[in-house]
Amino acid sequence: MAIGVKVLDRPIEDVSYIRATLKGMGLTLKHLFQEKVTVQYPEQKWGISPRWRGTHRMLTTETGKAKCVACGLCPTVCPANCIKLVPGEDEQGNRYPLVFEIDEFRCIFCGYCQEVCPEEAIHVGRHYENSEYSRAGFVYDLERLTSQTHPVCEMWDPEDPKGE
Amino acid sequence: MINFPALLQAANPQLPPAGDGVFVIFTLIKLVIVFSIYMVSAALLTLAERKISAWIQGRHGPNRVGGRGGWLQPAADGVKSFMKEETYPAAAYKPIFILAPVLAFIPAMTTIAVIPFGAPLPTRWGLIPMIVADLPVGFLFVLAISSLGVYGIVLAGWSSNNKYALLGGLRSSAQMISYEISMGMSTIPVLLLAGNVTLSTIVTQQAYGGWNVVNLTIAFFIFLVAAFAETNRLPFDLPEAESELVAGYHTEYSAMKFSLFPISEYCNMVTASALMVTLFFGGWDVPFTGRDNIGPFSGWLTLLSIVIFLLKTAFFLFFYIWVRWTLPRFRYDQLMSLGWRFMLPLSLAYIVIIATAVLILDSAGIHRGAMYSSILGVLNMALVVIVFAILDRGRIISPAYGRARADQIAKLRAASARSPLSAGAID
Repeated sequence: MAIGVKVLDRPIEDVSYIRATLKGMGLTLKHLFQEKVTVQYPEQKWGISPRWRGTHRMLTTETGKAKCVACGLCPTVCPANCIKLVPGEDEQGNRYPLVFEIDEFRCIFCGYCQEVCPEEAIHVGRHYENSEYSRAGFVYDLERLTSQTHPVCEMWDPEDPKGE
Repeated sequence: MINFPALLQAANPQLPPAGDGVFVIFTLIKLVIVFSIYMVSAALLTLAERKISAWIQGRHGPNRVGGRGGWLQPAADGVKSFMKEETYPAAAYKPIFILAPVLAFIPAMTTIAVIPFGAPLPTRWGLIPMIVADLPVGFLFVLAISSLGVYGIVLAGWSSNNKYALLGGLRSSAQMISYEISMGMSTIPVLLLAGNVTLSTIVTQQAYGGWNVVNLTIAFFIFLVAAFAETNRLPFDLPEAESELVAGYHTEYSAMKFSLFPISEYCNMVTASALMVTLFFGGWDVPFTGRDNIGPFSGWLTLLSIVIFLLKTAFFLFFYIWVRWTLPRFRYDQLMSLGWRFMLPLSLAYIVIIATAVLILDSAGIHRGAMYSSILGVLNMALVVIVFAILDRGRIISPAYGRARADQIAKLRAASARSPLSAGAID
Protein backbone atom coordinates (compact mmCIF):
# COMPACT_ATOMS: atom_id res chain seq x y z
CA MET A 1 0.00 0.00 0.00
CA ALA A 2 1.32 3.38 -0.97
CA ILE A 3 2.37 5.83 1.72
CA GLY A 4 -0.41 8.02 3.05
CA VAL A 5 -3.30 6.03 1.63
CA LYS A 6 -6.10 5.77 4.16
CA VAL A 7 -7.45 2.26 4.57
CA LEU A 8 -10.82 1.93 6.20
CA ASP A 9 -11.31 -0.89 8.62
CA ARG A 10 -14.62 -1.91 7.16
CA PRO A 11 -16.92 -4.53 8.65
CA ILE A 12 -16.79 -7.99 7.15
CA GLU A 13 -20.21 -7.82 5.53
CA ASP A 14 -18.89 -5.00 3.35
CA VAL A 15 -15.64 -6.58 2.29
CA SER A 16 -16.31 -10.32 2.09
CA TYR A 17 -16.06 -11.52 -1.49
CA ILE A 18 -17.61 -14.85 -0.58
CA ARG A 19 -20.70 -13.29 0.97
CA ALA A 20 -21.09 -10.95 -1.98
CA THR A 21 -20.77 -13.94 -4.33
CA LEU A 22 -23.43 -15.91 -2.50
CA LYS A 23 -25.73 -12.91 -2.53
CA GLY A 24 -25.20 -12.45 -6.25
CA MET A 25 -25.80 -16.11 -6.97
CA GLY A 26 -29.02 -15.98 -4.99
CA LEU A 27 -30.10 -13.05 -7.12
CA THR A 28 -29.32 -14.77 -10.41
CA LEU A 29 -31.10 -17.92 -9.20
CA LYS A 30 -34.16 -15.82 -8.44
CA HIS A 31 -33.97 -14.29 -11.89
CA LEU A 32 -33.68 -17.74 -13.45
CA PHE A 33 -37.35 -18.33 -12.69
CA GLN A 34 -38.62 -14.88 -13.48
CA GLU A 35 -41.16 -14.23 -16.18
CA LYS A 36 -39.65 -13.81 -19.64
CA VAL A 37 -39.85 -10.33 -21.06
CA THR A 38 -39.02 -11.16 -24.68
CA VAL A 39 -41.66 -10.42 -27.31
CA GLN A 40 -41.43 -13.19 -29.93
CA TYR A 41 -41.43 -10.71 -32.78
CA PRO A 42 -42.76 -12.21 -35.98
CA GLU A 43 -45.52 -14.01 -34.07
CA GLN A 44 -46.17 -11.39 -31.42
CA LYS A 45 -46.05 -7.68 -32.03
CA TRP A 46 -46.05 -4.79 -29.70
CA GLY A 47 -48.88 -2.34 -30.16
CA ILE A 48 -47.70 1.01 -31.47
CA SER A 49 -48.81 4.43 -30.34
CA PRO A 50 -51.87 5.97 -32.04
CA ARG A 51 -49.58 8.92 -32.82
CA TRP A 52 -46.96 6.73 -34.54
CA ARG A 53 -45.79 8.38 -37.76
CA GLY A 54 -44.83 5.76 -40.34
CA THR A 55 -45.04 5.44 -44.11
CA HIS A 56 -47.67 7.53 -45.85
CA ARG A 57 -51.17 6.75 -47.00
CA MET A 58 -53.45 8.77 -49.26
CA LEU A 59 -57.12 8.59 -48.34
CA THR A 60 -59.68 8.30 -51.11
CA THR A 61 -63.23 9.51 -51.76
CA GLU A 62 -66.17 7.12 -52.14
CA THR A 63 -65.47 6.90 -55.86
CA GLY A 64 -61.99 5.63 -55.19
CA LYS A 65 -60.17 8.74 -56.28
CA ALA A 66 -57.53 10.39 -54.12
CA LYS A 67 -58.88 13.15 -51.91
CA CYS A 68 -55.92 15.32 -52.89
CA VAL A 69 -56.76 18.63 -54.62
CA ALA A 70 -53.15 19.37 -55.55
CA CYS A 71 -53.10 22.58 -53.52
CA GLY A 72 -49.34 22.30 -53.13
CA LEU A 73 -49.26 22.90 -49.36
CA CYS A 74 -47.56 19.61 -48.46
CA PRO A 75 -44.57 19.97 -50.83
CA THR A 76 -44.23 23.51 -49.55
CA VAL A 77 -44.26 22.61 -45.87
CA CYS A 78 -42.16 19.47 -46.25
CA PRO A 79 -38.81 20.14 -44.52
CA ALA A 80 -37.13 17.22 -46.27
CA ASN A 81 -38.42 18.20 -49.70
CA CYS A 82 -39.53 14.63 -50.39
CA ILE A 83 -42.96 15.23 -51.98
CA LYS A 84 -43.17 15.68 -55.74
CA LEU A 85 -46.50 17.11 -56.89
CA VAL A 86 -47.57 18.01 -60.44
CA PRO A 87 -51.09 19.49 -60.38
CA GLY A 88 -53.66 18.88 -63.09
CA GLU A 89 -57.15 20.21 -63.77
CA ASP A 90 -60.17 18.42 -65.27
CA GLU A 91 -63.04 19.81 -67.41
CA GLN A 92 -65.02 21.02 -64.38
CA GLY A 93 -62.01 22.93 -63.14
CA ASN A 94 -61.30 20.53 -60.26
CA ARG A 95 -57.65 20.25 -59.44
CA TYR A 96 -56.15 16.82 -58.97
CA PRO A 97 -52.58 15.49 -58.78
CA LEU A 98 -51.12 14.30 -62.04
CA VAL A 99 -48.04 13.10 -60.24
CA PHE A 100 -47.84 12.62 -56.49
CA GLU A 101 -44.70 10.88 -55.29
CA ILE A 102 -43.20 10.63 -51.83
CA ASP A 103 -39.60 9.48 -51.45
CA GLU A 104 -39.81 7.56 -48.16
CA PHE A 105 -36.01 7.57 -47.88
CA ARG A 106 -35.90 11.36 -47.83
CA CYS A 107 -38.91 11.65 -45.57
CA ILE A 108 -38.19 12.44 -41.93
CA PHE A 109 -41.72 11.45 -40.80
CA CYS A 110 -42.43 14.78 -39.14
CA GLY A 111 -46.12 14.58 -40.06
CA TYR A 112 -46.32 18.21 -41.29
CA CYS A 113 -47.96 17.04 -44.55
CA GLN A 114 -50.81 15.47 -42.66
CA GLU A 115 -51.13 18.51 -40.42
CA VAL A 116 -51.19 21.00 -43.27
CA CYS A 117 -53.48 19.11 -45.65
CA PRO A 118 -56.84 20.96 -45.98
CA GLU A 119 -58.62 17.91 -47.42
CA GLU A 120 -57.27 15.39 -44.91
CA ALA A 121 -55.95 13.46 -47.86
CA ILE A 122 -52.29 12.64 -47.11
CA HIS A 123 -51.59 10.89 -43.81
CA VAL A 124 -48.63 9.33 -42.10
CA GLY A 125 -49.47 5.76 -41.16
CA ARG A 126 -49.20 3.50 -38.13
CA HIS A 127 -46.97 1.00 -39.84
CA TYR A 128 -43.32 0.01 -39.60
CA GLU A 129 -42.51 -3.04 -41.72
CA ASN A 130 -41.32 -1.36 -44.91
CA SER A 131 -38.78 -3.60 -46.59
CA GLU A 132 -38.34 -3.37 -50.36
CA TYR A 133 -36.09 -5.08 -52.86
CA SER A 134 -34.85 -1.86 -54.46
CA ARG A 135 -34.25 1.75 -53.57
CA ALA A 136 -36.73 2.75 -56.27
CA GLY A 137 -39.36 0.81 -54.38
CA PHE A 138 -39.26 3.42 -51.65
CA VAL A 139 -40.57 6.16 -53.95
CA TYR A 140 -44.29 5.70 -53.36
CA ASP A 141 -46.45 6.92 -56.23
CA LEU A 142 -50.13 7.88 -56.03
CA GLU A 143 -51.35 4.40 -56.77
CA ARG A 144 -49.19 2.93 -53.99
CA LEU A 145 -50.23 5.64 -51.56
CA THR A 146 -53.95 5.13 -52.18
CA SER A 147 -53.77 1.34 -52.07
CA GLN A 148 -52.16 1.18 -48.61
CA THR A 149 -54.60 -0.01 -45.99
CA HIS A 150 -52.79 0.37 -42.67
CA PRO A 151 -54.33 2.67 -40.02
CA VAL A 152 -53.33 6.31 -40.13
CA CYS A 153 -51.74 8.43 -37.46
CA GLU A 154 -53.91 10.41 -35.08
CA MET A 155 -52.24 13.80 -34.82
CA TRP A 156 -51.74 15.42 -31.47
CA ASP A 157 -54.71 17.52 -30.56
CA PRO A 158 -54.01 20.55 -28.31
CA GLU A 159 -57.62 20.37 -27.02
CA ASP A 160 -57.08 16.80 -25.91
CA PRO A 161 -53.37 16.50 -25.14
CA LYS A 162 -53.60 13.01 -23.63
CA GLY A 163 -55.58 11.52 -26.50
CA GLU A 164 -58.63 10.57 -24.43
CA MET B 1 -0.72 -62.72 -32.06
CA ILE B 2 -0.35 -60.39 -29.10
CA ASN B 3 -2.21 -61.39 -25.98
CA PHE B 4 -3.95 -58.08 -25.14
CA PRO B 5 -5.61 -59.11 -21.84
CA ALA B 6 -2.35 -60.45 -20.48
CA LEU B 7 -0.50 -57.30 -21.51
CA LEU B 8 -3.13 -55.06 -19.92
CA GLN B 9 -3.10 -57.23 -16.83
CA ALA B 10 0.66 -56.87 -16.60
CA ALA B 11 0.43 -53.10 -17.10
CA ASN B 12 -2.25 -52.76 -14.46
CA PRO B 13 -2.15 -55.35 -11.69
CA GLN B 14 -5.33 -53.95 -10.13
CA LEU B 15 -7.33 -55.08 -13.10
CA PRO B 16 -9.39 -58.15 -12.35
CA PRO B 17 -8.47 -60.86 -14.79
CA ALA B 18 -11.27 -61.16 -17.31
CA GLY B 19 -11.75 -63.80 -19.87
CA ASP B 20 -9.95 -63.73 -23.19
CA GLY B 21 -11.25 -60.97 -25.39
CA VAL B 22 -14.00 -59.96 -22.97
CA PHE B 23 -11.92 -57.12 -21.58
CA VAL B 24 -11.14 -55.74 -25.02
CA ILE B 25 -14.72 -56.04 -26.23
CA PHE B 26 -16.23 -54.43 -23.17
CA THR B 27 -13.62 -51.67 -23.19
CA LEU B 28 -14.48 -50.90 -26.78
CA ILE B 29 -18.20 -50.81 -25.95
CA LYS B 30 -17.59 -48.52 -22.97
CA LEU B 31 -15.31 -46.36 -25.09
CA VAL B 32 -17.98 -45.83 -27.73
CA ILE B 33 -20.74 -45.14 -25.19
CA VAL B 34 -18.67 -42.78 -23.03
CA PHE B 35 -17.36 -40.93 -26.07
CA SER B 36 -20.87 -40.50 -27.50
CA ILE B 37 -22.35 -39.28 -24.23
CA TYR B 38 -19.38 -37.00 -23.71
CA MET B 39 -19.64 -35.38 -27.13
CA VAL B 40 -23.41 -35.06 -26.96
CA SER B 41 -23.24 -33.50 -23.52
CA ALA B 42 -20.59 -31.04 -24.71
CA ALA B 43 -22.88 -30.08 -27.57
CA LEU B 44 -25.93 -29.79 -25.36
CA LEU B 45 -23.89 -27.66 -22.94
CA THR B 46 -23.60 -24.95 -25.58
CA LEU B 47 -27.38 -24.92 -25.70
CA ALA B 48 -27.66 -25.09 -21.91
CA GLU B 49 -25.31 -22.15 -21.56
CA ARG B 50 -27.34 -20.01 -23.91
CA LYS B 51 -30.63 -21.11 -22.38
CA ILE B 52 -29.60 -20.55 -18.77
CA SER B 53 -27.99 -17.22 -19.54
CA ALA B 54 -31.20 -16.20 -21.30
CA TRP B 55 -33.36 -17.29 -18.38
CA ILE B 56 -31.19 -15.43 -15.90
CA GLN B 57 -31.60 -12.33 -18.04
CA GLY B 58 -35.35 -12.80 -18.49
CA ARG B 59 -35.15 -13.97 -22.12
CA HIS B 60 -36.17 -17.19 -23.86
CA GLY B 61 -32.86 -18.16 -25.45
CA PRO B 62 -32.62 -20.06 -28.72
CA ASN B 63 -36.05 -21.53 -29.46
CA ARG B 64 -36.38 -21.59 -33.23
CA VAL B 65 -34.45 -24.70 -34.28
CA GLY B 66 -36.11 -28.03 -33.52
CA GLY B 67 -39.32 -26.96 -31.84
CA ARG B 68 -39.92 -24.54 -29.01
CA GLY B 69 -37.02 -25.89 -26.94
CA GLY B 70 -34.44 -25.18 -29.63
CA TRP B 71 -33.03 -28.69 -29.17
CA LEU B 72 -31.40 -28.79 -32.58
CA GLN B 73 -29.47 -25.54 -32.04
CA PRO B 74 -26.15 -27.38 -31.37
CA ALA B 75 -26.60 -29.32 -34.63
CA ALA B 76 -27.35 -26.11 -36.50
CA ASP B 77 -24.27 -24.50 -34.95
CA GLY B 78 -22.16 -27.49 -35.95
CA VAL B 79 -23.40 -27.41 -39.54
CA LYS B 80 -22.74 -23.69 -39.67
CA SER B 81 -19.20 -24.17 -38.35
CA PHE B 82 -18.45 -26.75 -41.02
CA MET B 83 -19.86 -24.63 -43.84
CA LYS B 84 -18.02 -21.45 -42.96
CA GLU B 85 -14.89 -20.27 -44.69
CA GLU B 86 -11.56 -21.13 -43.11
CA THR B 87 -9.44 -18.03 -42.94
CA TYR B 88 -5.70 -17.94 -42.37
CA PRO B 89 -4.05 -14.69 -41.33
CA ALA B 90 -1.25 -13.80 -43.75
CA ALA B 91 1.33 -13.60 -40.96
CA ALA B 92 0.22 -16.71 -39.07
CA TYR B 93 2.58 -19.66 -38.70
CA LYS B 94 0.36 -22.13 -40.47
CA PRO B 95 1.45 -25.56 -39.18
CA ILE B 96 1.02 -24.57 -35.55
CA PHE B 97 -2.03 -22.47 -36.34
CA ILE B 98 -3.71 -25.63 -37.61
CA LEU B 99 -2.28 -27.87 -34.91
CA ALA B 100 -3.28 -25.68 -31.94
CA PRO B 101 -7.05 -26.48 -31.89
CA VAL B 102 -6.19 -30.17 -32.02
CA LEU B 103 -3.77 -29.74 -29.13
CA ALA B 104 -6.49 -28.02 -27.12
CA PHE B 105 -9.07 -30.65 -28.02
CA ILE B 106 -7.24 -33.92 -27.41
CA PRO B 107 -6.27 -33.43 -23.74
CA ALA B 108 -9.81 -32.26 -23.05
CA MET B 109 -11.14 -35.50 -24.50
CA THR B 110 -8.62 -37.82 -22.89
CA THR B 111 -9.09 -37.19 -19.18
CA ILE B 112 -12.64 -38.55 -18.95
CA ALA B 113 -11.20 -42.05 -19.52
CA VAL B 114 -10.01 -42.51 -15.94
CA ILE B 115 -13.16 -41.34 -14.18
CA PRO B 116 -15.37 -44.15 -12.83
CA PHE B 117 -18.98 -43.49 -13.70
CA GLY B 118 -20.89 -46.38 -12.18
CA ALA B 119 -20.94 -49.44 -9.98
CA PRO B 120 -19.30 -52.49 -11.56
CA LEU B 121 -21.61 -54.46 -13.79
CA PRO B 122 -21.79 -58.19 -13.09
CA THR B 123 -21.98 -60.23 -16.27
CA ARG B 124 -21.62 -63.93 -16.93
CA TRP B 125 -18.03 -63.20 -18.07
CA GLY B 126 -17.04 -61.50 -14.81
CA LEU B 127 -17.29 -58.12 -13.13
CA ILE B 128 -17.04 -55.24 -15.63
CA PRO B 129 -15.78 -52.00 -13.99
CA MET B 130 -17.71 -48.96 -15.21
CA ILE B 131 -14.60 -47.00 -16.13
CA VAL B 132 -12.90 -46.79 -19.48
CA ALA B 133 -9.35 -47.19 -18.17
CA ASP B 134 -8.73 -47.93 -14.51
CA LEU B 135 -5.15 -46.64 -14.54
CA PRO B 136 -3.05 -47.29 -11.45
CA VAL B 137 -1.81 -43.67 -11.61
CA GLY B 138 -5.45 -42.52 -11.65
CA PHE B 139 -5.69 -38.94 -10.57
CA LEU B 140 -2.10 -38.11 -11.49
CA PHE B 141 -3.01 -38.90 -15.10
CA VAL B 142 -5.80 -36.31 -14.94
CA LEU B 143 -3.43 -33.67 -13.57
CA ALA B 144 -0.78 -34.48 -16.17
CA ILE B 145 -3.10 -34.48 -19.18
CA SER B 146 -5.26 -31.53 -18.20
CA SER B 147 -2.18 -29.33 -17.84
CA LEU B 148 -1.31 -30.17 -21.45
CA GLY B 149 -4.41 -28.28 -22.55
CA VAL B 150 -2.55 -25.01 -22.05
CA TYR B 151 -0.32 -25.81 -25.02
CA GLY B 152 -3.23 -25.57 -27.41
CA ILE B 153 -4.15 -22.15 -26.11
CA VAL B 154 -0.63 -20.74 -25.93
CA LEU B 155 0.30 -22.03 -29.38
CA ALA B 156 -2.96 -20.71 -30.82
CA GLY B 157 -2.17 -17.31 -29.37
CA TRP B 158 1.42 -17.33 -30.57
CA SER B 159 0.89 -18.71 -34.06
CA SER B 160 -1.92 -16.26 -34.85
CA ASN B 161 0.66 -13.45 -34.92
CA ASN B 162 -1.86 -11.11 -33.35
CA LYS B 163 -1.12 -9.04 -30.28
CA TYR B 164 -4.45 -9.76 -28.63
CA ALA B 165 -4.19 -13.46 -29.31
CA LEU B 166 -0.65 -13.51 -27.94
CA LEU B 167 -1.70 -11.66 -24.78
CA GLY B 168 -4.57 -14.09 -24.35
CA GLY B 169 -2.24 -17.05 -24.71
CA LEU B 170 0.26 -15.57 -22.25
CA ARG B 171 -2.43 -14.87 -19.69
CA SER B 172 -3.76 -18.35 -20.12
CA SER B 173 -0.39 -19.94 -19.50
CA ALA B 174 0.25 -17.84 -16.40
CA GLN B 175 -3.22 -18.55 -15.07
CA MET B 176 -3.16 -22.26 -15.75
CA ILE B 177 0.27 -22.74 -14.21
CA SER B 178 -0.71 -20.77 -11.11
CA TYR B 179 -3.91 -22.65 -10.50
CA GLU B 180 -2.57 -26.05 -11.52
CA ILE B 181 -0.49 -25.98 -8.33
CA SER B 182 -3.39 -25.18 -6.03
CA MET B 183 -5.50 -27.75 -7.83
CA GLY B 184 -2.94 -30.49 -7.30
CA MET B 185 -2.28 -29.45 -3.71
CA SER B 186 -5.97 -29.31 -2.83
CA THR B 187 -6.42 -32.95 -3.79
CA ILE B 188 -3.59 -34.22 -1.59
CA PRO B 189 -5.86 -34.35 1.52
CA VAL B 190 -8.28 -36.45 -0.52
CA LEU B 191 -5.48 -38.81 -1.50
CA LEU B 192 -4.32 -38.91 2.14
CA LEU B 193 -7.73 -40.12 3.25
CA ALA B 194 -8.12 -42.58 0.41
CA GLY B 195 -4.54 -43.83 0.64
CA ASN B 196 -4.47 -44.32 -3.10
CA VAL B 197 -4.51 -42.28 -6.30
CA THR B 198 -6.91 -44.39 -8.33
CA LEU B 199 -10.24 -42.66 -8.61
CA SER B 200 -12.19 -45.87 -8.02
CA THR B 201 -10.48 -46.25 -4.62
CA ILE B 202 -11.36 -42.65 -3.79
CA VAL B 203 -15.01 -43.36 -4.61
CA THR B 204 -15.02 -46.51 -2.49
CA GLN B 205 -13.41 -44.67 0.42
CA GLN B 206 -16.07 -41.97 0.27
CA ALA B 207 -18.82 -44.56 0.14
CA TYR B 208 -17.62 -45.87 3.50
CA GLY B 209 -16.19 -42.77 5.18
CA GLY B 210 -18.61 -40.09 4.06
CA TRP B 211 -18.27 -37.74 1.15
CA ASN B 212 -15.11 -35.70 1.12
CA VAL B 213 -17.01 -32.43 0.77
CA VAL B 214 -18.23 -32.96 4.34
CA ASN B 215 -14.79 -33.67 5.74
CA LEU B 216 -12.58 -31.64 3.42
CA THR B 217 -14.67 -28.58 2.57
CA ILE B 218 -11.66 -26.28 2.20
CA ALA B 219 -10.00 -28.66 -0.23
CA PHE B 220 -13.23 -28.76 -2.20
CA PHE B 221 -13.42 -24.98 -2.20
CA ILE B 222 -9.86 -24.64 -3.50
CA PHE B 223 -10.43 -27.34 -6.09
CA LEU B 224 -13.62 -25.65 -7.23
CA VAL B 225 -11.97 -22.28 -7.71
CA ALA B 226 -8.93 -23.84 -9.39
CA ALA B 227 -11.20 -25.86 -11.68
CA PHE B 228 -12.90 -22.67 -12.80
CA ALA B 229 -9.50 -21.16 -13.53
CA GLU B 230 -8.30 -24.29 -15.32
CA THR B 231 -11.27 -24.33 -17.66
CA ASN B 232 -10.92 -20.60 -18.42
CA ARG B 233 -14.45 -19.94 -17.31
CA LEU B 234 -15.72 -16.78 -15.75
CA PRO B 235 -14.73 -15.27 -13.35
CA PHE B 236 -11.34 -16.44 -14.66
CA ASP B 237 -11.82 -16.04 -18.41
CA LEU B 238 -8.93 -13.63 -18.80
CA PRO B 239 -7.45 -15.48 -21.81
CA GLU B 240 -10.50 -14.59 -23.88
CA ALA B 241 -11.57 -11.41 -22.12
CA GLU B 242 -13.77 -9.91 -24.83
CA SER B 243 -13.69 -6.34 -23.60
CA GLU B 244 -9.90 -6.24 -23.35
CA LEU B 245 -8.52 -8.74 -25.87
CA VAL B 246 -11.15 -8.90 -28.63
CA ALA B 247 -11.53 -12.68 -28.26
CA GLY B 248 -8.15 -13.58 -26.80
CA TYR B 249 -6.31 -16.57 -28.16
CA HIS B 250 -8.96 -17.48 -30.74
CA THR B 251 -9.28 -14.01 -32.29
CA GLU B 252 -7.91 -15.18 -35.63
CA TYR B 253 -9.71 -18.50 -35.82
CA SER B 254 -12.75 -19.22 -37.91
CA ALA B 255 -15.10 -22.05 -38.81
CA MET B 256 -14.51 -25.47 -37.25
CA LYS B 257 -11.03 -24.61 -36.01
CA PHE B 258 -12.66 -21.94 -33.89
CA SER B 259 -15.41 -24.31 -32.79
CA LEU B 260 -12.86 -26.76 -31.45
CA PHE B 261 -11.85 -24.24 -28.77
CA PRO B 262 -15.34 -23.84 -27.28
CA ILE B 263 -15.88 -27.60 -27.62
CA SER B 264 -12.70 -28.33 -25.72
CA GLU B 265 -13.71 -25.76 -23.11
CA TYR B 266 -17.02 -27.55 -22.64
CA CYS B 267 -15.28 -30.94 -22.57
CA ASN B 268 -12.98 -29.57 -19.88
CA MET B 269 -16.03 -28.41 -17.97
CA VAL B 270 -17.57 -31.87 -18.11
CA THR B 271 -14.31 -33.44 -16.96
CA ALA B 272 -13.85 -30.93 -14.15
CA SER B 273 -17.42 -31.45 -13.00
CA ALA B 274 -17.01 -35.21 -13.11
CA LEU B 275 -13.76 -34.85 -11.15
CA MET B 276 -15.39 -32.70 -8.48
CA VAL B 277 -18.12 -35.30 -8.18
CA THR B 278 -15.61 -38.13 -8.01
CA LEU B 279 -13.20 -36.51 -5.58
CA PHE B 280 -15.61 -34.74 -3.26
CA PHE B 281 -19.17 -35.88 -3.84
CA GLY B 282 -18.77 -39.62 -3.70
CA GLY B 283 -18.58 -40.31 -7.42
CA TRP B 284 -21.27 -42.76 -8.39
CA ASP B 285 -22.10 -43.45 -4.76
CA VAL B 286 -25.87 -43.36 -4.26
CA PRO B 287 -26.49 -40.79 -1.52
CA PHE B 288 -28.17 -41.65 1.83
CA THR B 289 -27.67 -45.38 1.39
CA GLY B 290 -24.83 -47.50 2.67
CA ARG B 291 -26.00 -50.80 1.25
CA ASP B 292 -25.22 -50.06 -2.38
CA ASN B 293 -21.49 -50.40 -1.80
CA ILE B 294 -21.58 -53.58 0.22
CA GLY B 295 -24.56 -55.33 -1.30
CA PRO B 296 -24.36 -57.53 -4.33
CA PHE B 297 -23.71 -55.75 -7.59
CA SER B 298 -26.51 -55.92 -10.08
CA GLY B 299 -27.50 -54.37 -13.37
CA TRP B 300 -30.05 -52.14 -11.67
CA LEU B 301 -27.47 -50.84 -9.20
CA THR B 302 -25.14 -50.05 -12.10
CA LEU B 303 -27.88 -48.19 -13.92
CA LEU B 304 -28.92 -46.28 -10.80
CA SER B 305 -25.34 -45.33 -9.97
CA ILE B 306 -24.72 -44.10 -13.51
CA VAL B 307 -27.86 -41.95 -13.34
CA ILE B 308 -26.77 -40.60 -9.95
CA PHE B 309 -23.31 -39.83 -11.31
CA LEU B 310 -24.78 -38.02 -14.32
CA LEU B 311 -27.14 -36.03 -12.11
CA LYS B 312 -24.32 -34.93 -9.82
CA THR B 313 -22.19 -33.96 -12.82
CA ALA B 314 -25.11 -32.09 -14.37
CA PHE B 315 -25.49 -30.10 -11.18
CA PHE B 316 -21.88 -28.95 -11.37
CA LEU B 317 -22.25 -28.11 -15.03
CA PHE B 318 -25.24 -25.97 -14.11
CA PHE B 319 -23.15 -24.45 -11.34
CA TYR B 320 -20.46 -23.52 -13.86
CA ILE B 321 -22.99 -21.71 -16.04
CA TRP B 322 -24.71 -20.16 -13.05
CA VAL B 323 -21.44 -18.70 -11.77
CA ARG B 324 -20.51 -17.49 -15.23
CA TRP B 325 -23.64 -15.38 -15.47
CA THR B 326 -23.26 -14.05 -11.93
CA LEU B 327 -19.67 -12.99 -11.35
CA PRO B 328 -17.69 -10.37 -13.21
CA ARG B 329 -14.17 -11.11 -14.42
CA PHE B 330 -11.22 -10.66 -12.07
CA ARG B 331 -8.56 -8.14 -12.74
CA TYR B 332 -5.24 -9.73 -13.68
CA ASP B 333 -3.47 -8.78 -10.42
CA GLN B 334 -6.43 -10.03 -8.40
CA LEU B 335 -6.24 -13.33 -10.23
CA MET B 336 -2.55 -13.76 -9.50
CA SER B 337 -2.90 -12.58 -5.92
CA LEU B 338 -5.75 -15.01 -5.29
CA GLY B 339 -3.81 -17.89 -6.81
CA TRP B 340 -0.41 -17.36 -5.25
CA ARG B 341 -1.05 -15.44 -2.07
CA PHE B 342 -4.23 -17.05 -0.89
CA MET B 343 -4.96 -20.42 -2.47
CA LEU B 344 -1.45 -21.85 -2.54
CA PRO B 345 -0.59 -21.10 1.14
CA LEU B 346 -4.05 -22.20 2.17
CA SER B 347 -3.80 -25.51 0.36
CA LEU B 348 -0.30 -26.12 1.76
CA ALA B 349 -1.45 -25.35 5.30
CA TYR B 350 -4.45 -27.57 4.77
CA ILE B 351 -2.26 -30.48 3.73
CA VAL B 352 -0.26 -30.09 6.94
CA ILE B 353 -3.39 -29.93 9.07
CA ILE B 354 -5.07 -32.93 7.46
CA ALA B 355 -1.86 -34.97 7.44
CA THR B 356 -1.39 -34.23 11.15
CA ALA B 357 -4.98 -35.15 11.89
CA VAL B 358 -4.71 -38.40 9.95
CA LEU B 359 -1.44 -39.24 11.70
CA ILE B 360 -2.88 -38.52 15.15
CA LEU B 361 -6.05 -40.48 14.46
CA ASP B 362 -4.10 -43.42 13.09
CA SER B 363 -1.69 -43.48 16.03
CA ALA B 364 -4.64 -43.19 18.42
CA GLY B 365 -5.85 -46.44 16.95
CA ILE B 366 -9.08 -45.06 15.48
CA HIS B 367 -9.95 -46.93 12.33
CA ARG B 368 -11.65 -45.51 9.26
CA GLY B 369 -15.34 -45.37 9.98
CA ALA B 370 -18.05 -43.29 11.61
CA MET B 371 -15.85 -42.11 14.52
CA TYR B 372 -12.97 -41.20 12.22
CA SER B 373 -15.28 -39.27 9.88
CA SER B 374 -17.04 -37.38 12.64
CA ILE B 375 -13.73 -36.23 14.18
CA LEU B 376 -12.62 -35.02 10.76
CA GLY B 377 -16.00 -33.38 10.29
CA VAL B 378 -15.68 -31.40 13.53
CA LEU B 379 -12.15 -30.34 12.57
CA ASN B 380 -13.50 -29.34 9.19
CA MET B 381 -16.27 -27.19 10.69
CA ALA B 382 -13.69 -25.31 12.77
CA LEU B 383 -11.46 -24.76 9.73
CA VAL B 384 -14.36 -23.55 7.59
CA VAL B 385 -15.32 -21.01 10.23
CA ILE B 386 -11.71 -19.85 10.53
CA VAL B 387 -11.18 -19.48 6.78
CA PHE B 388 -14.48 -17.97 5.76
CA ALA B 389 -15.22 -15.82 8.79
CA ILE B 390 -11.78 -14.67 9.90
CA LEU B 391 -9.51 -14.78 6.86
CA ASP B 392 -12.17 -13.46 4.51
CA ARG B 393 -11.82 -9.80 5.46
CA GLY B 394 -11.19 -8.31 2.09
CA ARG B 395 -8.00 -10.36 1.94
CA ILE B 396 -9.13 -13.20 -0.28
CA ILE B 397 -9.46 -10.95 -3.29
CA SER B 398 -7.63 -7.86 -2.23
CA PRO B 399 -9.50 -4.73 -3.30
CA ALA B 400 -12.93 -6.24 -3.72
CA TYR B 401 -14.83 -3.84 -1.54
CA GLY B 402 -18.47 -2.99 -1.28
CA ARG B 403 -19.67 0.59 -1.18
CA ALA B 404 -18.50 2.72 1.72
CA ARG B 405 -21.20 3.71 4.17
CA ALA B 406 -22.11 7.35 4.82
CA ASP B 407 -20.29 7.54 8.17
CA GLN B 408 -17.16 6.01 6.63
CA ILE B 409 -17.20 8.61 3.87
CA ALA B 410 -17.66 11.34 6.47
CA LYS B 411 -14.64 9.97 8.35
CA LEU B 412 -12.56 10.01 5.16
CA ARG B 413 -13.68 13.55 4.35
CA ALA B 414 -12.72 14.72 7.82
CA ALA B 415 -9.32 13.07 7.48
CA SER B 416 -8.72 14.70 4.12
CA ALA B 417 -9.81 18.11 5.43
CA ARG B 418 -7.15 17.84 8.16
CA SER B 419 -4.49 16.97 5.63
CA PRO B 420 -2.08 19.78 4.68
CA LEU B 421 -2.39 18.74 1.03
CA SER B 422 -6.05 19.66 0.87
CA ALA B 423 -5.71 23.24 2.13
CA GLY B 424 -7.69 24.96 -0.55
CA ALA B 425 -6.24 22.73 -3.23
CA ILE B 426 -9.21 20.47 -3.76
CA ASP B 427 -12.31 22.64 -3.42
